[in-house]
Amino acid sequence: MTTQLVDRTTAVRLEAVSKVYGHGGNGLLALDKVSLSVRPGEFVCLLGASGCGKSTLLSLVAGLDKPTQGEISTVGRQVAMMFQEPALFPWLTVSANVEMAFRAEGLSKQDRRTRAAEFLDLVHLGGFGKKRPHELSGGMRQRVALARALAQSSSSSASSAEEGAVLLMDEPFGALDAMTRDLLHDELERIWRERGLSVLFVTHNVREAVRLGDKVVLLSSRPGSVVEEFPIELARPRRTDSAEVAELAAKITDRLKEEVMRHGH
Amino acid sequence: MAVDTHARQIAGLDALELAGDQRAGIASRVWARVWPMLTAIALVLVAWQLVVLSGRWPEYVFAGPITTFQDLGHRLGDPEFYQAVATTMRRAVTGFALAVLVGLVVGAAVSRVKVLRAAFGALITGLQTMPSIAWFPFAILLFGLTESAITFVVILGAAPSIANGLITGVDYTPPLLLRAGHVLGFRRLQLYRHVILPASLPSFLAGLKQGWAFAWRSLMAGELLVIIAYQSSLGEQLAISRELSDSPGLIGTMIVILVIGIVIDMLFEAADSALRRRWGLNPV
Ligand SMILES: Nc1ncnc2c1ncn2[C@@H]1O[C@H](COP(=O)(O)OP(=O)(O)O)[C@@H](O)[C@H]1O
Ligand SMILES: [Mg+2]
Repeated sequence: MTTQLVDRTTAVRLEAVSKVYGHGGNGLLALDKVSLSVRPGEFVCLLGASGCGKSTLLSLVAGLDKPTQGEISTVGRQVAMMFQEPALFPWLTVSANVEMAFRAEGLSKQDRRTRAAEFLDLVHLGGFGKKRPHELSGGMRQRVALARALAQSSSSSASSAEEGAVLLMDEPFGALDAMTRDLLHDELERIWRERGLSVLFVTHNVREAVRLGDKVVLLSSRPGSVVEEFPIELARPRRTDSAEVAELAAKITDRLKEEVMRHGH
Repeated sequence: MAVDTHARQIAGLDALELAGDQRAGIASRVWARVWPMLTAIALVLVAWQLVVLSGRWPEYVFAGPITTFQDLGHRLGDPEFYQAVATTMRRAVTGFALAVLVGLVVGAAVSRVKVLRAAFGALITGLQTMPSIAWFPFAILLFGLTESAITFVVILGAAPSIANGLITGVDYTPPLLLRAGHVLGFRRLQLYRHVILPASLPSFLAGLKQGWAFAWRSLMAGELLVIIAYQSSLGEQLAISRELSDSPGLIGTMIVILVIGIVIDMLFEAADSALRRRWGLNPV
């Protein structure tokens, strides 16, 4: 069950969450008793090899699917989520896509448009509201998706501002080139701090995890379960190509390799 | 300052990534589409004339293009011709509009409700393959030789395609968009209205186009079979030309029917390509 948190010390909490796909003997155990938590305003990176159950975990937190066992709780009724692909609606303009974040709460058209423009400005796409998604580059589309997710996490149906909204991100920059990705890391970090968001960010890129996270949670594969949590205490802003980030990333990569090797036999 | 450089870097990347939208001028685009059609028409006319010249049929049975177009030219000056076209088009539009209504309601219900899908899904596809002319005896039995009989068959001919277009569109809504809609807080009817229906528009449009083709065919069959006194229509003119052995008149009417069909098909085509352009579905 996904329930609403009342205490104010956690934004997201998973307790012994398991997920089985399919039934009976040929069911696939995708997640095995995963427990983790995100504090309000914390940036948590979830790191693991492909197929270890990262997307599954986010779907459960987003309420897109139900856990087979265990408890998931979040602040606010609805959490915002960004997918690996932009997932924009091709029949809507860029602005209208962002406005969709306010649909469910029934704002007037004028209000929706003004608020959407705010969020497009936030991701430096102020002048692109009237374009269609397909007219933008991949990186720009992903920023529109970011604007929509941010818009949603600011809307009243999510949670009040002082609670700090929850934002789930599933490898959002995986398909982008390194330079665009670096710029978007800086942007995301800025917005995260300004808005006091609680972020659960999924990636298979160790450096990206170290670059962004307050905490990196390492997942094992088949079934996915928490191997180790690494607090990242490097000063911000960080650079992906800095020595400190590289060093910590190497340490985590070694741990990840050990984990992968256990599957060799 | 840092933020400013940052914004400029981003703007720079954006500008680099957005390739200029190059489209040829309207005149050359129209010409590129028109010349193959003109060539095809010319070839057909030549072939037609050759068959007539071969003497397989006498000229009063199989008129040549020149006689036919002269005859058609005369009829274009005759108000009765326009009355006939108007009657046929009125029937087509009414029948098609009702078919869209029926198709929408049935398609929406069947795509939403599992039981209805199981019960009627296969039946709708089956109806699509049923030649609509086979409905006429039954329709005439029910409604007599009236316009209602024609409309009834036009609806039965077109509605299944329209319903199926909608159902297919709903079925093939990209799961990612459904998930996005769900995360945005849409449930049930709202999800249907804001995500599923718009996502199924291309498929629905394809259904409309196919439905129109079926409606037009059913209508022609209907006008040949159900001739209503004192009401001139294109189908009725075909029947009369045959009775009077008026070969140029008959072929001329057929050309008119063909041209109307092509023009309306082009309208659907234009709607479809406008939609594809807006959605970015065209491989450029
Ligand atoms: N809907 C599903 N049905 C069955 N198996 C699934 C489904 N979704 C994911 N899986 C399986 O669960 C495992 C974890 O998948 P996923 O969460 O997508 O991993 P990741 O995002 O870490 O790459 C994979 O082995 C995948 O094949
Ligand atoms: Mg994944």
